[in-house]
Amino acid sequence: MKAIVFAIRSFGRELRSGEVLVLLAAVALAVGALTAVGFLTDRIGKAVARQANEVLAADLRLRSQEPIPATWRSTAEDYGLRTAETQRFPSVVFAGDLSALATIRGVSDNYPLRGAVRVSDSLFGEQRTVDGVPARGEAWADGALLARIDADVGDRIQVGESELLVSAVLTYRPDQSIGFASLAPSVLINIADVPATSLVSEGSRVRYALLVAGDDEAVGRFSDAVQQQPSDSLRVSDREESSERAYNAADRAQRFLSLTAVISLLLSAVAVAMSARRFAQRRMDTVALMKSLGATQGFVISVALLQLVALGVLGVIAGSVIGFAAEEILSAILADIIAADLPDPGLMPVVLASGSALVLLIGFALPSLIQLRNTPPLRVLRHDMMPPAPSRLLVAGLSLAAVAALLYRSVGDARMLLILLSGIVVIAAALYLVGRGLVALMGRFRSGVGVAWRYGLANVARRGRASAVQVVAFGLGLTVLLLLTIVRTDLLEGWRQTIDERAPNHFMINIQPDERDSVAGIFADAGVDAPDFVPLVRARMTTINGQDVKTRQYPAADGEWLANREANLSWTATLSPSNEIVDGQWWPADYDGPPLVSVEEEAAADTGLAIGDRLTFAIAGRELEVEVASTRRINWDSFQPNFFMVMSPGALEGMPTTYISSMRIDKAEQSLLVRLVRAHPSISVIDIDAILQQVRGIIEKASLAVQAVFVFTLAAGIAVLFAAVQSTIDERRFESAMLRALGASRRTVFAGVMAEFAALGIAAGILAAAGASILAAIVAVQLFDLPYEFNPLLWGAGLVAGVIVVCASGFVAARGAVNAPPAGVLRTA
Amino acid sequence: MLQAQDLSKEVSSPEGTLTILSDVSFRIQTRETVAVVGPSGAGKSTLLALLAGLDLPTRGHVILNGANLSELDEDGRARVRAENVGFVFQSFHLVPSLNALENVMLPLELAGAADAQSASHAIIEKVGLSDRWRHYPAQLSGGEKQRVALARAFAMAPAVLFADEPTGNLDSKTGANIMQLMFELNQNSSTTLVLVTHDVALAERCDRILSLDGGKLVSDSRSVQ
Repeated sequence: MKAIVFAIRSFGRELRSGEVLVLLAAVALAVGALTAVGFLTDRIGKAVARQANEVLAADLRLRSQEPIPATWRSTAEDYGLRTAETQRFPSVVFAGDLSALATIRGVSDNYPLRGAVRVSDSLFGEQRTVDGVPARGEAWADGALLARIDADVGDRIQVGESELLVSAVLTYRPDQSIGFASLAPSVLINIADVPATSLVSEGSRVRYALLVAGDDEAVGRFSDAVQQQPSDSLRVSDREESSERAYNAADRAQRFLSLTAVISLLLSAVAVAMSARRFAQRRMDTVALMKSLGATQGFVISVALLQLVALGVLGVIAGSVIGFAAEEILSAILADIIAADLPDPGLMPVVLASGSALVLLIGFALPSLIQLRNTPPLRVLRHDMMPPAPSRLLVAGLSLAAVAALLYRSVGDARMLLILLSGIVVIAAALYLVGRGLVALMGRFRSGVGVAWRYGLANVARRGRASAVQVVAFGLGLTVLLLLTIVRTDLLEGWRQTIDERAPNHFMINIQPDERDSVAGIFADAGVDAPDFVPLVRARMTTINGQDVKTRQYPAADGEWLANREANLSWTATLSPSNEIVDGQWWPADYDGPPLVSVEEEAAADTGLAIGDRLTFAIAGRELEVEVASTRRINWDSFQPNFFMVMSPGALEGMPTTYISSMRIDKAEQSLLVRLVRAHPSISVIDIDAILQQVRGIIEKASLAVQAVFVFTLAAGIAVLFAAVQSTIDERRFESAMLRALGASRRTVFAGVMAEFAALGIAAGILAAAGASILAAIVAVQLFDLPYEFNPLLWGAGLVAGVIVVCASGFVAARGAVNAPPAGVLRTA
Repeated sequence: MLQAQDLSKEVSSPEGTLTILSDVSFRIQTRETVAVVGPSGAGKSTLLALLAGLDLPTRGHVILNGANLSELDEDGRARVRAENVGFVFQSFHLVPSLNALENVMLPLELAGAADAQSASHAIIEKVGLSDRWRHYPAQLSGGEKQRVALARAFAMAPAVLFADEPTGNLDSKTGANIMQLMFELNQNSSTTLVLVTHDVALAERCDRILSLDGGKLVSDSRSVQ
């Protein structure tokens, strides 16, 4: 009790003195980084959980590319289940002369069976939940679509051959995709209006679905009934399956963000350890005095622990405020990407962050404080008396245990944790060695520089270990920021440059055979070269070398997906210029033999296909057997229509075929598209530029968010610097007083200190630029298949940013020491 | 009151074992004022540390107010100090983050005294700092700091006051004032005083002078007052 009263009183005094501020800041930063990410992932998690129940708009969904047999609907109703039907297909929607690609969704009366549709009465207006579906002749359209075609509620839009009244803005439907929003905005219409659009014909890309909902047992029995009559085209999805996918995506995002937060946490830990040591050292005299006045060891340690707890509480409060503010900013940045209206954050992140702060303090601050307990009271008479240093084993053990405990939450698996921990130890050791190397290198320049720099460089070299830690802490923060700014822009630019200027920027899909002449005619009238029409046949692979594709083992998960999904097949006599044969032989132009297939290189590897393997496909009720004749490498960046499976001429004769095509259409020729789509409403034109722009926008926003998280890393780096400067402040104060007493001007002493920080900044900048360059090269070559180009800007920016950030923080941290009047300092020393 | 019996202190150093004190014995009566004098390195401060239980002797023992300090652990010795001992140091040893009043309150708070604040105010007034009690050590002169230290030492009305070169960091006039104050307080509170000093004049104001040289007690004399 006495200790509590004393601890609280003296803690207030400690706070006033400002000594504990860096320690507090380090704890607050760690908590801030963790809560910001925690809040965000908590919100994402809640959004996923909430939508998982609704994501199907039903309990069970049957999907197919063909109309779903009516018997399933009556069977479901026999089981006492409610049903609804949907059809969706892409189409261009017009309002006046403006047009945009949309996904048309025809829905029947009971839609949705789970969840509810929300609409508003004007663009960006108040949302409300609606019962029922659009009336005949009406449409509910996405705000994004209406904005694109400059339409609003009350206007008429043209969908295929029908004209529909926009009666509401569609703001939410339960089965909209979570996370990265589907690229084409939706238009919800009554399913009874679909035939009048004339957009649905054989071979068009329509997806049919039967939604089913009811009590769990009945749904289960219905599901069993469906599974007992397996069909090639029918896909059954239940809640679990769909939510699992969403969870996986969200889980990966959460782990990634958590790991970035952990880097800030580790740096904060360094700052905590450094400032706790300083805190303990500053308290040693007081502890010795208290002991000489009769305080027991238990009292001393209780006071220290209580103050540590008080510090933790304050740090958690400050950190939670920082974290909450950061989360607000992150959510705003990511609002378009993560489903718009996120649930309110719970308090769980604060609880978890508090736990983390406690672990951080126990792991990194406790050893220094425990040491205080053994301060000899004799120190009041002999100032050189120090408590014995805490055992290295205890320090290393506690800190490693703390890091493991903190990481475990982000990683959640013992083996990964072990790998990660060893990785951290190895990387930290390597970075530390590089830091030491840089520091040693700096020291070598001492003889060739002026007095201020010599003094600064001497200081860097003398505090070698602390200098190296600071270089690494800053270097890490800067590396990531460089990666996310300059390298990212470089990569996007590099990728854009590999795309041919004349590369196609539009795709046409769903061209019926009899439409080819008319389409070519429209191009000819506009004076534009008619594009090539590439045939496309939908098929499903059934066996590989006689073995069922469903039961076969695949070398890669992608292979299983490729073999089981609905395949798009094409045929051609001549190899496309964007393809290159890797293995086997391409067939002669006049080939007329048994059906052959050429498989894309990676698809062949993932599926485990080799030359000579025999594949069978089911195509509209017929069976086709082909032999693998070659594998190809495809340059996807050519933006030409390309296929995993290309057949020899004649192989697909008589099969239901549509055509696709790609072409380059410049802005001036856009009216051609309007005429084309008006004349052939069932043809979908896809604007690749718009999609690329959207993708770029998403990447930019996502990296902005990651950058925001990494600002914590930089802030933690600054905390490390503050802690390091503070731990040497007495020394600095004394030195600067000495130098000034010896006749150095304040400016000279200051220049010396700044030179020291500039040297640290240069070293951190070099480390960051080198790190970012190496990572950039790896990412460019390994992930993007781009040749790596050296960017001198990276080094310039790294060095400038390093010097500015370190000098600015160092100035704030050390100016008190330089400004202290020499007489006072020398007298009390 | 305070008894030293065959006190010896040895420390190991790179040059071998160093004897700092050897076989020092004496008794100090209650309310006696005793000066410990001797040249630098004679072992004065070491003797003070042993008498106050801040350190333990290699051989021999110290009995303070009936307690054999060698038989107690660190916490036990701390308790004995809490109940019996006050300190005044050459370099004042005020806690920089506490103001004058709070520094005086420190031992009272440690002992759990209920009226720490009012008692401290009273003693601060006695040392003549009633208008400076809000000041922090950095804002006080050397003489004022030592007054605060005296107030802190006498706040607990200790049985024994140990003073280690209390005027060593002060000019002679301020030092004289401080000593005057210390002897006054000492008389008023009937405290036993053990004073380590170089200052012969100061030593001669005490009842008794113990002279150390080379770690040995070379004389024990009544001063002629």
